[in-house]
Amino acid sequence: MSHWIIAPIVLPAVLAAILTLAMRHHPPLQRVFSIAGVVAVLAVAIGLTVQASSGAIDVYELGNWPAPFGIVLVLDRLSALMVLVTAVLALVVLLYAVGTGWDQRGNNFHALYQFQLMGIFGAFLTGDAFNLFVFFEVLLIASYGLMIHGGGRRRLKAGVQYVIYNLLGSTLFLFALGTLYAVTGTLNMADLAVRAAEIPVEDSALLRVGAMLLFLVFAIKAALLPLHFWLPETYAEAPAPVAALFAIMTKVGAYAILRMYTLVFGPDLGATAALIDQMLIYGALITLVAGMVGILGAKRLGRLAAFASIGSMGTLLIAIAGFRPETTAAALYYMIHSTLAGALLFLVVDLVRERRGPLAGALKPGPRMAQHGMIAALFFGSAIATAGMPPLSGFIGKLLILDAVRGMAEVWLIWAVILTSSLIAILGLGQAGSAIFWKLAPETGEEPAPEPQPALPLVACFVMLGGIVALSVLAGPVMGYIDATALQLHAPQGYIAAVLNGG
Amino acid sequence: MELLFASAIGLLTAGGLYLVLRLRSFPVIIGISLLSYAVNLFLFGTGRLVVDLPPILQKGVEAYTDPLPQALVLTAIVISFGMTAVVVIMALGSFLSSRDDTVNIGPETPPEQPAQENEA
Repeated sequence: MSHWIIAPIVLPAVLAAILTLAMRHHPPLQRVFSIAGVVAVLAVAIGLTVQASSGAIDVYELGNWPAPFGIVLVLDRLSALMVLVTAVLALVVLLYAVGTGWDQRGNNFHALYQFQLMGIFGAFLTGDAFNLFVFFEVLLIASYGLMIHGGGRRRLKAGVQYVIYNLLGSTLFLFALGTLYAVTGTLNMADLAVRAAEIPVEDSALLRVGAMLLFLVFAIKAALLPLHFWLPETYAEAPAPVAALFAIMTKVGAYAILRMYTLVFGPDLGATAALIDQMLIYGALITLVAGMVGILGAKRLGRLAAFASIGSMGTLLIAIAGFRPETTAAALYYMIHSTLAGALLFLVVDLVRERRGPLAGALKPGPRMAQHGMIAALFFGSAIATAGMPPLSGFIGKLLILDAVRGMAEVWLIWAVILTSSLIAILGLGQAGSAIFWKLAPETGEEPAPEPQPALPLVACFVMLGGIVALSVLAGPVMGYIDATALQLHAPQGYIAAVLNGG
Repeated sequence: MELLFASAIGLLTAGGLYLVLRLRSFPVIIGISLLSYAVNLFLFGTGRLVVDLPPILQKGVEAYTDPLPQALVLTAIVISFGMTAVVVIMALGSFLSSRDDTVNIGPETPPEQPAQENEA
């Protein structure tokens, strides 16, 4: 039992407390420690991924209580991968926040950021359904603070909507967990899997209710239509670095669907077989269309980026809905890609907004902005990644998904929707790019003196773009890891044995 | 007892849902509180309803009540308490900054207004 498994949760938690208590009035110190903390977590995440890539499933028993009596943290390939992606994203976004000074536009940015990371890492690592709820709440309560960071009328209003929507989601989550506990008498995921399989199909009505409620909760988090209403305003109004970090939040929902519906309510479980598949496929198709049409219809860059992330969730959930090793592998690759691409788009949008003064993100021609060419190139790169055009990883991801769904009954519908919606996305992104970068408004009098622009935000954006390029170039080795992950996920006996036999 | 318990949860949920659908943030927050009471009771009931039984192992006692839901309810109460406090503060901040208690975000301020300008 290695103690490193709990490091991604304990490190941010302790650091956040120190940041609040000891360094409240020392912004430079806060920045140094916050970045150092995320670098340390990234190092741990790399170590954990190497450890998990052997295929072993490591179980960490909190307080040394054996499962199912105590809470366990479980490190398998999927958890390690998600933790690693989150750590990479967190580091780049934090550099951007520090570079642009976003972190100083309100109080306690760094502490909230660390708590947010703690919640996300916890949600990925936990092996207990109630503990998953607790970590969801940790990441949500931190995200409420981050969401309204910097204040402002529209942001506060959007923040209140976001909080209310998620509180309702949390209530639903508790109802689901209560139902599952009433039926099975356990909340440990591995134990749930064992007990759920023992329930005869004719007595399984309550189990199905619980599984369905749980699915609704995760669908809210994953912004599946029609449960996506919290997302557009939240993402468009949130501070840019926060919106970029939120790119992983919808993936927490997708991860939870993948985990629960392969481990507990797997395709082999008679009671809940084919309970959500159809709903998920059609919901995801509509999500994809709505997201891409939203890109075309958006009047502001912030909303454009928000709808782009809805669209990418649609694509991702289509692949997840296959619940087969090959579709899951495609989904995981696309999940990494869409996390990086979504975050990059939000950062670039922020670069544009900051440079256009009162015009901000409106899709109207404005005067030439500082570093016009470089920002245009970044937008071009992120648009290619978002729309899924070659040569970046979005193309590979979509290709993998198109290939993987060939065995499914709805294959023609899925192909038609994915290909058409990609075209719509290209149109929408092209329209936005040309409105902002090509059509320049006539110069009004003298040009304002160019302000010195800090280099760090651009560096952060290029690192993110570099990450997407690396994901495309190294698609072979990445797919090697992911294929094994999907196989491990679809053979839950190993997970169950590791948890219940004490790791 | 079961009937009373179940109908209490049902009433709280129905009232909570109705209030959540209102347009102003004050009733919405009350609605969320009602829903959290309902879910706390529901969680408590998942361990089956029994009267006058101990939750902890003792010598010479045959029947017990399930202690786990009680622990879960405790966690849920603490979390929902904290969340309610957060949403009250946020709704208050939103009300004070826009002088308006409606949940709707309202018409866009032309064009997209950079929010940091509103900072004092």
